Amino acid sequence: MSAGTPPLSNPPKPQAKALNCPQCGAAITLRALGHAETVVCESCHSILDAKDPNLQILQTFKAITGEDPPLIPLGTRGKLRGTDYEVIGFQRRSITVEGIRYSWHEYVLFNPYKAIRYLTEYNGHWNDISVCKELPDVQFASANYLGEVYKHFQSSDATTYYVLGEFPWQVRVGEHAAVTEYVKPPRVLSAEKTGNEVTWSLGEYTYGADIWKSFNLPGNAPEAIGVYENQPSPVSENVKGIWSAFLAFAILLLVFMAGFDLISNKGTVFESSYRLNSGEPRGEASFVTDVFNVEGRTSNVEVTTSADVSNSWIYLNYALINQDTGQAWDFGREVSYYYGSDSDGSWSEGSTKDSVVIPSIPAGHYYLRIEPEVDAVHAPISYSVQVKRDVPVLGFFGIAFLALLIPAIAITWRSISFERARWSESDHPPMQIGNTE
Amino acid sequence: MTQPVSNCPNCGAKIVFQWSSSVQTVCQYCKSILVRTDVDLKRVGQVADLPPDSSPIQLNTEGIYRNKAFVVGGRILYEYDQGGWNEWHITMNDGTSAWLSDAQNEFAVSFASNTNGLPPADQVQVGQQYTWNNQNYTVSVITPAHYRGVEGELPFQYWDKTDVTFADLRSQIGKFATLDYSDEQPALYLGEFVEFDDLKLKNLRSFEGW
Repeated sequence: MSAGTPPLSNPPKPQAKALNCPQCGAAITLRALGHAETVVCESCHSILDAKDPNLQILQTFKAITGEDPPLIPLGTRGKLRGTDYEVIGFQRRSITVEGIRYSWHEYVLFNPYKAIRYLTEYNGHWNDISVCKELPDVQFASANYLGEVYKHFQSSDATTYYVLGEFPWQVRVGEHAAVTEYVKPPRVLSAEKTGNEVTWSLGEYTYGADIWKSFNLPGNAPEAIGVYENQPSPVSENVKGIWSAFLAFAILLLVFMAGFDLISNKGTVFESSYRLNSGEPRGEASFVTDVFNVEGRTSNVEVTTSADVSNSWIYLNYALINQDTGQAWDFGREVSYYYGSDSDGSWSEGSTKDSVVIPSIPAGHYYLRIEPEVDAVHAPISYSVQVKRDVPVLGFFGIAFLALLIPAIAITWRSISFERARWSESDHPPMQIGNTE
Repeated sequence: MTQPVSNCPNCGAKIVFQWSSSVQTVCQYCKSILVRTDVDLKRVGQVADLPPDSSPIQLNTEGIYRNKAFVVGGRILYEYDQGGWNEWHITMNDGTSAWLSDAQNEFAVSFASNTNGLPPADQVQVGQQYTWNNQNYTVSVITPAHYRGVEGELPFQYWDKTDVTFADLRSQIGKFATLDYSDEQPALYLGEFVEFDDLKLKNLRSFEGW
């Protein structure tokens, strides 16, 4: 303060005034320090002129005291966004959509230095609301506000049917407002039109638990039921992330695959053809192959069996035997191929070729013991056996790919389901799937 | 700092004009409305008791707007059917005159604009659009208000008012405009909404318990 400033006597400090209801005599507390236009008597529900020293009665309404009370009692103080606020007013409002009445709570929050804020609560979903200073630009089914696009959610007619405490405006029971809501979770932009005047406000979705903490309320916040219009999706944030991760891993997998493909020598180490004539085999059918060399690091071998089966089968009992150590790997493979035609057309089943990968085969000298089995009566069958060393196993990559794809799809699906649940309550419900009404 | 000093023609109290361009002031002792003439102060009226005040701002509240310090020198108080609001006259440290309006703690700073061709009161309607200084504004509300009183120094004579009409206009970027129909010639004020915290106000009123 400069030296020339005359001393001013400070005006008397305002305080919460104690007054009495002219209707029923109950004590009326004014908390908003002169900001209130109307105050509602908690006992007889008279709406009183808060600016009038005699608290002239403006309206009375019938309500059951204590029915559906405010979850945050009037006079409770809490901290929101770093500012202390006191709950001074409470109203219940409702809309009717397709014959169903939906009602919610609204709390008026006061701080003597800050603009009024509001909290709304519907089925455990809370919104922290302040009046917009900027004018949104309304398009056909959306509204642009501060560079963000909000999608039209619902237009409805809201009726005030219960009021309690103080309001910095002229509140009346039965008052209507045309409410248009646009959402961009976690925010909701609403226009309230009464008469000629449109008031825009911006709400931000708030969790009940945070409200309970802010206002230091006892117990736990009521659990949120269903999906609310501007409730942030628990998964939508993850959808982009998971697909980015999926893409990154898929690329990584491709690089690995290419790498494995490069370092695999895929060399054929053994190949031979055999024939079983009709009536063969007779008695002991097993035989052993020539010895072949398996080289390099411990890796897989792929045994491929091809047979000219035609509406027939051949079963081969294999043993891959390490000549140096005597270690054996036993396995059996069937090659069968059937085809024909019926009323649905032609069909086929099976294949004339079979491959199997035997993992972790150390280098060494190997041979195969082969024992074919066929039908007792069969046409001559020619078959060949090929052994390849160190083949890239793409199936593993396929599994890894799927393992990545499944959560990505699951999260996307959850996100879509959440958005469907959100929008099913709007004026623009998504089309029903599998539900013909 | 030269501050013109005189005495209240009504009660003799010392009247100090903090701002050399002030045209009118209110004697803080006897509440006489005093208008500066070439030679002395003329008493033109008397301020009735102002209603209990709810604004956190008071005379001599200081703040900062766009890096310029300002001080509150006076105010006009209005009422309308949904409450009251204050137009605080502020003086920037470069001598500029501006208004800090406080409508239920929603604050805006505005400056008088000398735009010509303003729409007369009977032609303004909600929803109309106007462009001033290359900025689009939409009429958001027309408020029939009641002049309730004055306090401190003002840059013009303002005391014999009763019912006055204002048209508020908003933009998409926080700018706002007010068409003031309290005089024969409409007056235009252009400004913007400001956040309480951004004004860095000092010397505010204190509220018991807050």
